Amino acid sequence: MTFLLVCCVAVGGFVGAPARFLVDRFVADRVESDFPFGTLVVNLSGSFALGLLTGLGLRLHLPVAVEALLGTGLCGAFTTFSSWSFETVRLVEDGQLLTASLNVLVSLAVGLAAAAAGLALGLAA
Amino acid sequence: MSQFDVQIDNARPSTLPVDPELARPPDSRHRGRTASRALLVAIGLAGALGALARFGVGRAVPTTPGGVPWGTLLVNISGSLGVGFALVMLADRLPRARLVRPVVVTGFLGGYTTFSTYVVEADTLFRHHDLAVGAAYGLGSLLAGTGAALAGILLARAVVRLERAKRERAAQ
Repeated sequence: MTFLLVCCVAVGGFVGAPARFLVDRFVADRVESDFPFGTLVVNLSGSFALGLLTGLGLRLHLPVAVEALLGTGLCGAFTTFSSWSFETVRLVEDGQLLTASLNVLVSLAVGLAAAAAGLALGLAA
Repeated sequence: MSQFDVQIDNARPSTLPVDPELARPPDSRHRGRTASRALLVAIGLAGALGALARFGVGRAVPTTPGGVPWGTLLVNISGSLGVGFALVMLADRLPRARLVRPVVVTGFLGGYTTFSTYVVEADTLFRHHDLAVGAAYGLGSLLAGTGAALAGILLARAVVRLERAKRERAAQ
């Protein structure tokens, strides 16, 4: 069982990390801004997806392997905390305090709202 | 300017990209570039390792319902420290390497840390348990994570400076 879970987490991570790389670059190439929109987009969409999966899991009692694959593996690796915190520090170092504050506030407020919306949708499905 | 000066310059904050997911500094961005399949596979393998490491920490530090998710907190703090340290060290040691940063930082450390689990856990704590625990977890992760990223940056800069001083003494 543990071996199956390990495989699921690995496969999810194998897909999630390059997907974040591609989405981040796609967004950053199209938005000329110091605000890290790429990281914001992956973190908000991933938070919504994990909320949805959690809601569906509560409602449909999804197998643990599915949650390991899509939740711990895919959503976990698709989203990133370390880039978010690093970018915030870099913006503060650059003296862009407003952008840094916005990065923290928008990520947290909209991230929580996205997770809650996903959860509600999953529970209602 | 000697090769040595260039390397030190690369450790300065102004030459670091704000967004570590970007394979190149923002000024060299251009549209339409394609990532090689090999790079995507390398990021994927590193991401799988990162996700497995996070899974392992979660197993070692289990979360009790209603309690602070220590596993995720530990992962996000250590990963933020790692990103700050790695980006400054890589800019100093391997300023021209294009592939190491996406694999180590985007792949491994990005796959290791997680924003979605953090937010869903905070939401669950707010919703079903204790507002104070949720707020402490949410704000504590933010403060400890950014503090760790800063600590990693400063630590790596100190290492770079020490090595530079050592090399200068040796050259004399």
